[in-house]
Amino acid sequence: MVDATGPYELIALSAAAAARAIAAGEIDPTELIGAYRARAMADELNCFTWVAPERGPGSGGDIAAGSSPAPGESPLPGTPLGGVPLAVKDLFCTAGVPSQSGSRILEGYEPPYTATAVARLQGAGATLLGKTNQDEFAMGSSNENSAFGPVLNPWDRARVPGGSSGGSAAAVAAGLAPWAVGTDTGGSIRQPAAMCGIVGLKPTYGAVSRYGMIAFASSLDQAGPLTRNVTDAALMLRHMIGRDERDATSLRFPEQIELPRADRLDGVRLGVPAELSSEGIETGVLERFHSALALAQELGATINTDVMLPHAPHGLAAYYVIAPAEASSNLARFDGVRYGLRAGDGQDLVGMYTRTRHDGFGPEVKRRIMLGTYALSAGYYDAYYGRAQRVRTKIVEDFRAAFEEVDFIVSPTTPGVAFELGEKTTDPWSMYLNDALTVPMSLAGIPAISIPCGLSGSSEGKGPVGRGLPVGLQIAGPAFSENRLLDAAYALEQAIGFDSTAAHV
Amino acid sequence: MDVGRGSGRDDVVEYEPVIGLEIHVQLSTRTKMFCGCELSFGEPPNTRTCPVCLGLPGALPVANAKAIHFGLMIGMALESELAPRSIFHRKNYFYPDLPKGYQISQYDEPLCRGGRLADVRVHRVHLEEDAAKLVHVGESGRIHASDASIVDFNRGGTPLAEIVTEPDVRSAEQAGEWLRLLRVTLGRLGVSDVNMEEGSLRCDANISVRPAGSDEMGTKTELKNMNSFRFIERGIKAEVIRQEKLLARGEKVVQETLHFDPSSGRITTLRSKEEAHDYRYFPEPDLVPIAVSEEMLDTARASMPELPLARAERFEHDPSYMLDTEVAKTLAFRTDLGDFLELRRPESPDEARVRANLIINELAPRVGTDVPLADSMVTPDAVVTISGALMRKEISIGGARQAFDILVEEGGDADAIIEREGLMSAEGGDELAAVVEAAIAANEDAAQKIKAGNPKAIGPIVGYVMRETQGRADGGEVTRLVHEQLGV
Amino acid sequence: MIDRDEVLHVARLARLRLSEQEIEPMAAELSSVLDNIAKIEELNLDGVPPTSHVVEVTGRLRADEPHEPLPREVALAQAPAVSDDGFLVPSPQA
Ligand SMILES: [Mg+2]
Ligand SMILES: [Zn+2]
Repeated sequence: MVDATGPYELIALSAAAAARAIAAGEIDPTELIGAYRARAMADELNCFTWVAPERGPGSGGDIAAGSSPAPGESPLPGTPLGGVPLAVKDLFCTAGVPSQSGSRILEGYEPPYTATAVARLQGAGATLLGKTNQDEFAMGSSNENSAFGPVLNPWDRARVPGGSSGGSAAAVAAGLAPWAVGTDTGGSIRQPAAMCGIVGLKPTYGAVSRYGMIAFASSLDQAGPLTRNVTDAALMLRHMIGRDERDATSLRFPEQIELPRADRLDGVRLGVPAELSSEGIETGVLERFHSALALAQELGATINTDVMLPHAPHGLAAYYVIAPAEASSNLARFDGVRYGLRAGDGQDLVGMYTRTRHDGFGPEVKRRIMLGTYALSAGYYDAYYGRAQRVRTKIVEDFRAAFEEVDFIVSPTTPGVAFELGEKTTDPWSMYLNDALTVPMSLAGIPAISIPCGLSGSSEGKGPVGRGLPVGLQIAGPAFSENRLLDAAYALEQAIGFDSTAAHV
Repeated sequence: MDVGRGSGRDDVVEYEPVIGLEIHVQLSTRTKMFCGCELSFGEPPNTRTCPVCLGLPGALPVANAKAIHFGLMIGMALESELAPRSIFHRKNYFYPDLPKGYQISQYDEPLCRGGRLADVRVHRVHLEEDAAKLVHVGESGRIHASDASIVDFNRGGTPLAEIVTEPDVRSAEQAGEWLRLLRVTLGRLGVSDVNMEEGSLRCDANISVRPAGSDEMGTKTELKNMNSFRFIERGIKAEVIRQEKLLARGEKVVQETLHFDPSSGRITTLRSKEEAHDYRYFPEPDLVPIAVSEEMLDTARASMPELPLARAERFEHDPSYMLDTEVAKTLAFRTDLGDFLELRRPESPDEARVRANLIINELAPRVGTDVPLADSMVTPDAVVTISGALMRKEISIGGARQAFDILVEEGGDADAIIEREGLMSAEGGDELAAVVEAAIAANEDAAQKIKAGNPKAIGPIVGYVMRETQGRADGGEVTRLVHEQLGV
Repeated sequence: MIDRDEVLHVARLARLRLSEQEIEPMAAELSSVLDNIAKIEELNLDGVPPTSHVVEVTGRLRADEPHEPLPREVALAQAPAVSDDGFLVPSPQA
C-alpha cells in the first residue's frame, strides 16, 4: 500500500512504482510532477539547464513528432508511463525548448522538432520535467566541460558526478528526477551512473533512434536510461527502442523488453577478462568488484577469468581517434549561419566562421575538433583513422570470441570513484583514462549496464566523511541481449541491496 | 566521331589537348537526396527545407531509393559496372551553401565504375547531394564587389549524379558533341531535365596539353561550371590555346582551378593548388551501405528505353530504314522526331528516307521545340500521305510545303487539303518537261551561259518554270530536266 | 609531435581561430594525446578490414515521397542574421 500523502513518499517511489501507482489511481500524476518540479527548481547541484514551467511553455509546437504532449503538460490518462516526469539530457532536441548540448555555440537554441527517443517516451506518457546539464557536446567524463558550469556529485559536492551525462545521473541520484535519459558514446551513461550510485544502460548500437540527438560521434552515440534501479531501466528502454525511418542506422529490436524478474544466476557464465579488471584500477573499486563477483557465484554464476579481450587495452586509443574524427565533422555545422551563436560580424566569411567557433566552443571541444581534423587530414588518415577502424574490427572480433565462452563480460565500470572537481582538468589523457573500461563495448556496439555494487571505503583517502563513494559494476552482453542482461543485473542488484536513494537531497 | 588534333601549323610543335569531363546531373526525383522535401522549381526562397536539409543539430539523412534507381539506369546506359555494394562518404569543407559543413558524396566505393558512351570512356558515376543557392548582394551586384550573400536552401540536397570521364576527349568540338550525346541519352532515360541553363546539367573540364604523339600527361587545369555547350566549347578552346602558348614560350602550366567568363572570353583563377581543399573524406556514419539487389537491377533494367545511340544505329542499318548517318542521328537524338517516324512503319527505305526528310526539314521547324511532334496538329498519317504523293510525283516539294503550312495550323486530312488547295503537280514528268522546254526557249541567254559552264545562270529558267507551275514544281527535278535538255 | 605550424594548419582546416596564447598549449596537449594514441602503431593489423559500421545492415532507403517542409518563418527563426527571406552571411568573395 502506498501512502501518497506527502511529497517525500512520492519522491521515494521508483519510476516503475510511480507508474503502477498512477495506473491504480493511488497517486495523482499532477502531484508527482509538481513535487519533482519543486525539487528541480531548488536544484543546488546544477543538474538542470531548464525546468519545464507548470503549464506548457506555449513556445512552438512539435512539428516533426506531431502528437507528443507539450513539455510540462499532463499526458493522456491510461498511458503506460501515466505522466511520470522525465529528465532529458540537454543534447536531445525538444521542440520549442532550449537544447544546446551544453555549449555556448547553441545559446538559446530552440529546435523545431523533438528527438525520436524523447517523443516515444512522451508518447508512452512520460512528462518532460526538464533538460539536464552535460559536458559540452557530450565530450567529457566529469561534466566540467559545460557552458552551464559543472554539476556537483550529490554524494560529495566537492566531487564530479562523472560525464558526460553528469546532470542526468546527479539528478536521479539526488532525487530531483525519478529517472533520466542520457547518451553514451564511450561511457557517458555508465560512468556517471557508477559515480553517482545509480543504474545506467547503454543499449545495443541502433536499438534506440539517434534522430534528434545532437551528434557527438555518430557511429558510437546511443541513448539510454539512467535510473534508480534495473526495473526502471528496463521500463524506460521498452519505450525507447525500435526502428525509426528517420535514422538509417536504427534497428528493429527482435523482441519486447521485459521487466526483469530473475533472482538466481544459475548456469550464467560470467567472463572476467584480465584486460578490464587489473591495471590502473583503484583498490577500493576492485574490492567492491570482487565482492560482487562472490555474490554472483552465490547466486549460481560461474566465473571465467581465462576469457580474453586482447585488443581492449587499445580501445581507448582507437576511440580517441574515431570519436574526435567524427565529432570534427559533426560539429562543422556550427558555423554561425542558420542557428546559434555568431561572432565576428563585420568580418569576412572566414573571420565570421573562425570567431564564431572560437567563442562558441569550449577548450575540450576545440581540442577534440583539432585532434579529429588532424586524424582525417591528408597524409594522416591511414595512420590514425584507418588504423583505429581496424583496431575496432579486432575489438569486435575479441568480443565475438569471448561470447562463445561466456554469457556476459563483467568489469568495474570505472577505474576509480568520483574524483574531485578540477583534479583531472590539466592533463587530457588522465581524464580520458576514465573511459578505459567502457569504450571497448562502445566500439563493439554491444549493450552494457552499470549497477551500483557498494561503496568504496576510504582506503584511497578520498572518501567523504562518514561514508564511501559508489562503485559501479559493468555487465556487457552480445548485441540484442538486453533482456538477459537486465535479468542478470536485476538478480545481482537484489543480492547487493544497494540503496540508490541514499544520496537524495 | 571525329577526333580533332591540335591546331596544326608547320613552324611550331604540334600539341594535343587531353580533356576529361565531370558532369553533375540533377536527378528528377520528386524529393531530395536525403530528406522528403520536394525539389524546388523557383519557389520562394527557403520554403522547401526541413531539419535534414538545413543541417539542424540532430537531424539525420536517409537516402532516396529513386535516386539510386536513377543512378543504376545511368550506369546501365553508360555500360558501367554496377557495384553490388557502395557507400557514402563525407566530403568536409566550409561554405555557406553547405549546411552541414560536409557534402554527402560517394568516394572510393561509387555506385558505378567504368563504362563508355560512344568514343569516350567513363571512369565512374556516383551519387551526391547538391549545394544550396547563394545569392550575392551588395552595391554593385558584381560578384567580386558584393559584401554579403543570402543563402536559399531550397536547392540544397537535390540529388546529383556525377559522371566522370576518362581523359579521352581531344578537342573542344569533341567535348561539345559528346556532351550533346550524353544530354540526349540522359533525357531519354528520363532521369533528369538536362536543362543546362537552369543548372540541371553542369560541366567541369580537366584540361592539359602535350606534344602530339606523346604518351605523357601534361599538368592539368580544371575549368569550372560551364552552363552551356557553347561556353564549354569556347572555354575549352580558350584554355587549350592559353596552355599551348605557355608551353610554346617554354613556360609551365600551373595546376589550378579556373573560371571562364563567356562575356569577355577571359580565363581567371579561382583557386591555386596551394589553396586546394583537404576534404578529409571518411565513410558517412549516419548511412548504411547501399546493396544493389537483383530486384533493384531488374527494376532498373525494365525501365531502360532504347537509347539514342542504339536507335541511330537501327535507323541507319535496319533494312526498313537505311537512313543516312546524320539523318538517323537527328531523328534518334530528338526522341519525338524518331517516335513520329516510327508511328507508321515505312513501306520501303525510300519511303523512310522521304518521310524522315519531311519530318526533319519541314515538320519539325514548323512545329518548334515547345511541344513534341506527337502533340502537334499534324498526324503521322498526314506525313505518310504527303510522302507518298511526293514519291509518286503527284505533288512537288513546294506543294508539300504548302500542305504542311496548313496542316500545322489546322490539322486535318492531307489528301483533302491537297485536293482543296489544288496542290497536285501538273501531271507528271512529261508535262513538266514541256514547261522546262518553254522556259529554255524564253531564256536563250541563260541557256548559253549554262552550256558554257556557268551553272549559276539557271536562275531565270527555274523562275519561269515556277511561275508557270505556281510553285508546285520540284526544284531538283527542274534542274535535272534543264541539264538533260541542254545536254550538260 | 605536432608543431605550431601544424596546429595552425589544422585550425585553418577546422575554421577555428586560436589566440596566440592558445597555440602552444594546444600543440602540447595534442602531442601528448597523440603519443598515447601511437600505441596502436605497434599492432599488426595486416589484412584486417576497417569497421565503420558495427551495424551490419544495408539499404535502409527512403521512398521518394514528399513530406511537409518547415514553414519558412520556422526555418529562419533561429538564424543570427536574415535578409530577403534568406540566411544572411558575409560574402565568400569579399
Ligand atoms: Mg561532385
Ligand atoms: Zn529537407
